Amino acid sequence: MNRLLPLLAFLALIGLLGFGMWWNTRHETNEVPSPLIGKPAPEFKLPFLYDSAKALSKNDLLGKPYLVNVFGSWCATCQYEHPILTQSVKPLGIKLIGLNWKDQPDDAKRWLQQFGDPYDAILADPDGRTGIDFGVYMAPESFLVDAQGVIRYKRIGMFTPELIESELKPQLAKLQQGSP
Amino acid sequence: MKHASLFFAALALCFGLFVTAAHAIDPLPFKDRAEEVRFQKLTRQLRCLVCQNQDLADSDADLAKDLRKQVFDMMREGKSDDEIKAFLVARYNDFVLYDPPLKPGTYLLWFTPFALVAIGAVVVLRILRRRARQATGETVTRGASNNGDDDW
Repeated sequence: MNRLLPLLAFLALIGLLGFGMWWNTRHETNEVPSPLIGKPAPEFKLPFLYDSAKALSKNDLLGKPYLVNVFGSWCATCQYEHPILTQSVKPLGIKLIGLNWKDQPDDAKRWLQQFGDPYDAILADPDGRTGIDFGVYMAPESFLVDAQGVIRYKRIGMFTPELIESELKPQLAKLQQGSP
Repeated sequence: MKHASLFFAALALCFGLFVTAAHAIDPLPFKDRAEEVRFQKLTRQLRCLVCQNQDLADSDADLAKDLRKQVFDMMREGKSDDEIKAFLVARYNDFVLYDPPLKPGTYLLWFTPFALVAIGAVVVLRILRRRARQATGETVTRGASNNGDDDW
């Protein structure tokens, strides 16, 4: 028995390694869960991309839930997410706010011309300060904010049709139950 | 001749690259050495969220640059190190701290190594005791039929 002990310990280690590998295939290992979920969204006041003289603040958006989508013309994944926003998120009827993060307004406008504009409003955050307040660390990211201005859900990375079905739709349904 | 110009072109390119690398770490207008040391010390304790195995001081990522600027501005506003850390933790989770804080959720992380050492110590102690017993009980027969089985 004592002779077998090292072998058993080794097998246990192999088992742990196997578990780790299995775990990593099922989880985004570099995803940092946001501490802001369930908390009020940070205050912001940002100029519109298409009309920089006017600004939109968090208070202006209270009363109805909305989805903030962080994007930039420099972000390759955003190009893949873009048609999905147009085809699968827009029909859900949720107000879609684009947060043009760390981008040049002219680049963003050209990008939107090329790929289309699914947003109800686009806010410009060229120096990224509002992004930092939201805890944004990559693009695309999306935040679901309820009518009271509380962040309910965050997606790090692009939305896929599968994720819209399995995560976004249930979250929207929960919002509707909360305020009939 | 052709080789020489090629060589110089390559050399110029290398220097060009070094220059851009040096500029990638944005020079911040520190007012004195103490402020710079404090900034360096603080950003070494913070993790870059883009390249997650680098600290904020080292990272070349664009977001790291923004966060360094944020840290610098907060230092100028007179915020303490703890306030700056709390600001980042509120947005990015404990993950931005290289040293995870001690709290119920991290007990396993902090204490497992000590528990393993304790278990190891108990095992070693038991083996030593048994050997000591065998040594006193079997001094006469030792050498003739040593049970080498346990001697791994």
